[in-house]
Parts: sequence; C-alpha cells; structure tokens
Amino acid sequence: MRGPLLFKDIDTPGLKGIARYRELGGYEALAQTMGHSTPEACIDVVKASGLRGRGGAGFPTGLKWSFVPKQSPKPRYIVCNADESEPGTFKDRELMEKNPHLLIEGMILAGYAIGSHVGYIYLRGEFEYIQRILDAAIAEARQAGLLGDSVFGSGYAFELHTHLGAGAYICGEETALLSSLEGYRGQPRLKPPFPAVEGLYACPTVVNNVETLMAVPPILKHGAAWYRQWGNEKSPGTKVFSVSGPVKRPGNYEVALGTSMKVLIDDLCGGMRDGLELKAIIPGGSSVPMLPASDLDTPLDYESMNAKGTFLGSGGVIVIDDQTCIVDALYNITRFYAHESCGKCTPCREGTFWLSEIFERLLSGKGRMEDIDLLGDIADNILGKSFCALGDAAAMPIQGALKHFRHEFEHLVTHQRSLVNRRKAELAEVRA
Amino acid sequence: MSHAPVMPTEAAPRLEWPAALLPEVEAALARYPVKRSAVLPALWLAQRQWGWLSPSALQLVARTVELPEPEVFGIATFYTMFNLQPVGRYHLQVCMTLSCSLMGADRLFKHLEKRLGIGHGQTTPDGRFTLRKVDALLERLR
Repeated sequence: MRGPLLFKDIDTPGLKGIARYRELGGYEALAQTMGHSTPEACIDVVKASGLRGRGGAGFPTGLKWSFVPKQSPKPRYIVCNADESEPGTFKDRELMEKNPHLLIEGMILAGYAIGSHVGYIYLRGEFEYIQRILDAAIAEARQAGLLGDSVFGSGYAFELHTHLGAGAYICGEETALLSSLEGYRGQPRLKPPFPAVEGLYACPTVVNNVETLMAVPPILKHGAAWYRQWGNEKSPGTKVFSVSGPVKRPGNYEVALGTSMKVLIDDLCGGMRDGLELKAIIPGGSSVPMLPASDLDTPLDYESMNAKGTFLGSGGVIVIDDQTCIVDALYNITRFYAHESCGKCTPCREGTFWLSEIFERLLSGKGRMEDIDLLGDIADNILGKSFCALGDAAAMPIQGALKHFRHEFEHLVTHQRSLVNRRKAELAEVRA
Repeated sequence: MSHAPVMPTEAAPRLEWPAALLPEVEAALARYPVKRSAVLPALWLAQRQWGWLSPSALQLVARTVELPEPEVFGIATFYTMFNLQPVGRYHLQVCMTLSCSLMGADRLFKHLEKRLGIGHGQTTPDGRFTLRKVDALLERLR
C-alpha cells in the first residue's frame, strides 16, 4: 500500500478495467448519489470536507463549485485540468495511467453537483498514451450505462470527452487552458469574469485538477468527517507528492497533509544518494521558492509552507544536493519560464528574457555584483504585475534563492566560478 | 519564442484526408459545440498521418475546421509539439528540466550530440534521427 487513499489500490493489477475497479468499490459513490442526493447536498459535503485544489493554488473546491450561477440559461461545463506541466510534478500522470475510472467517476459527480452535462479532460500533448487509456475507460463506462443519456438510470445525462494539448506550459493556467480547448492559441484571459461565470464558450465552467476530482468519490461515499481523519483543520486530507532529484527512491508518495518533509525525504524516499548531502528543497514544483535544508522539519501543508515564505503548490518536490550550484539550478528554471512565456504581457515576456540573460552573464564568469540586485529588482517587477501566474512562477523562485543562497551568487561574481558545480564538472568530463 | 517560422505563401498541392481517417475527423468535429475547437485534434490527426505539418496539411486542417489558414498557422506555431519541418524517423527528445538535469540530462544530451554529430533541432543527413532538448517530460526515474 503506497498511500492511504488515492494510492491505496493503485498498483492492483487490472485496475484500469471497469470490472476490477467496481470490485474494489468503484462507482459506489456514484450509485449512492444518483437519485438519492441533490447537487446542493454534494456541494455541501465537499465544502465540509475542506478539500482544496490540488493543482497548485489550493482553492477550496466546494466553494469554487458554489460560484456557478444557479439560474443560467447557458449550458455548464466541467473541465479537468490534466495538463500537468509544472516541472517536478508527475502525480496526475500515474493516477490517470493506473486508475482512469476514478477520474471518470469524479468528473460525473462534479458535473452533477454543478449541473453540467458535458465534461472535457484536457491532457498535455505528451499524455497521448493516457488519452488512449482514458478513452477506453470512457467507452467501458458508456457501455455500462454510467455515461450517456441517463447515468445509472437516474435521468441525469452526462457526456465526457478527452482533449489533447500540444506542448505549452501556459495551458495549465485555467483560462489559457479554456482558450486552447476552444481552438485559440493558448493564451490566458483576464479575470474577472471568472470561469465559474464565463468560462468555456463563455458559459459557466468549473476547472479542477485530476487529483482534486479523484478525491471527490471517496469524500461523497464516506462523508466529510471521514476525509478529515487525515491532515489538519485548514489542510485536511491527503496529497500526492512527486519527489525527484538525487534521493534513493524518487517517485510519487501519498501522505496525510501536515506530514513533515523529513518523513517524506528521509523515510519514504530513503534519504539522499550516497555521498551527497541535502542543500535545498523546492516543495511545490519549480515555480515556488526553495527552502534550505535547515527547514526540513516543515510540515507539508498549505499554511506551514506559507509561513516559510513558500507554497505547497502542485506537490512536485525537487531535492537539490550540496554539489549543485544554486545559480545554475535557478538558470535552468528561469530559461524554462522564458521559453514558456506566452508573450501576451510585457512584464513576463521581457522580464523572463532579461532574467535569463543575466543568469548567462553570471554563469559565464562575467557577472557584476549589481547583477544580483538586478535579478531581485526584475523579479519584483514581474511579481504581481504580470497578466497571469506564469510571471509570478518565474519571479518567486529567484526571490527564494536570493533570500537563502545569496552567498552563492556573490561567490560566483567574486571568483568567476561556482562555489560547487557537480553538473558542470560532469559535463567537462564528457567534453574531454 | 526563439524560432519564428514564416508562413508559406506559395500555393501548396491540395491534400485530402485518407478515407480511413474520415471517421476520426468527423468524431473530432462532433465532440464540440463549435468547429474551431477541433483544430488541435485535426492538427494531431494530420501530424500522425504525414509525420509533420506541411503547408498542404495546414491548409487541409483550415478547411476542415473552417478557419483562415493564417490562423491555423498561428495556432500550430504556438504549440511546441507540432513539427512544421519534417523530422527524422526517430525523434529523440531529451528532457532538460531541473529534476532531469540534476540526474545527468546534460551529459546524456552531450553524448547524443557527439554520437550523432548533430545539435538541438537538427536531423542526421540520412534522415534517421532528430535531436531535441525539451522540458518537463515528467519521466520519473524508475
């Protein structure tokens, strides 16, 4: 058993098929709900459970659902954000690959709760093989009468489709995702209006992450109090963390929120690889500020992370060792955001480009002391001033690194070389 | 946005969907309330069929979803996974994201460059391999 809830049965052979899924209690939440609970009752249970969006923002899911206008002549849409593009995150991939029916059940229930009759699962382009898995599962569900004109014979109609993106980080941002799904370039839109009021095709739309939707069936089946057995008051439930970097056992781990990073990294992942020490941890995907090794005891929940000046984010934990140059690591992250900036707004388009240029100057040994403050200054001019969160995602890691590892930047300027750099040293070997 | 492909202006030979693909094209159009939403599915179908998106293929997609050709070109260039140039039989994509970089992605890429004699975005003269640096493939180290 690799986790208490979503990962409990994940390695069961044949779970992809509807028969095995139902043997393990699958679609019971749906059977229990259809014809027995009202949509309002479903929203109330999810609200009471305290479930928060697992894609990165941590917004309360029940509250998001309740924003959909009750009286609207327009159709409503439920959209699953399966774009999973945050570097360091690979949880949704394993969840969908191994347990596609749980996502389908979660989508139907969420659709029912907000009064939607059509759902779309937006997958990143690289997930073409997952699209095939999901399409097969959707066909099975349709055959079993769980999708179509009358879900479980309840008279409630629901159809579900998959949609494949084609390689754009920005499409993980919900309004950009909707633009892409509509057939436009995947650029973000101004909020408000929020998707709950004017989303897909200007109709009321809820966009939820894969892991969030997968938590819905067990919550509706067992109740809010049951879900609150894990986690704490403000961060209830479980969360999947994707651990990468030089640890002994990288991979996905589902733990109760509030579990300390030390348990995750030392106990579950077996600690650092031999000969390497922990230097820093990026707790929630490459867009959140890193924490130094001394903060290893911090509990993995939304509030504790905020108190440390960082975010739980998507749960993509990137572990950085003592032989890695922080400036070099930050350059890797920054050039990614510079490449993925969609070009719509100036602070992000220009700012990420200049950040990347300054990193190149620093790493080539031609950096000046004032470049360090310039990085901070540009980051400050992007943060909160860009059109969507991509700009913030590029700015925040730099602020975090300057706060905890400024000495490495200074060393690079003074000595024209990194304090340590395993990656550069290894590359030099290849060139030799 | 480092590369800026130029929209083809010359008339390209007219291309049609092979009969075997028509049901999939129709299914894609039926999934959405508006035709333009089928632009990504149609581009994918074309790329899977012909290996890359030639000017003729882009024009076919434009006709299918009833959009102006320049708009379809603008959409195709927005997404990195669409090949607007032919690619080799094997498209080698090395993930350079921090997680992978920490585990030796740079070394792997250098090795491939040396071994194949080509750089990022290039194809071997015999048309067998295209090499590319990409990001966030999420391939967990097993």
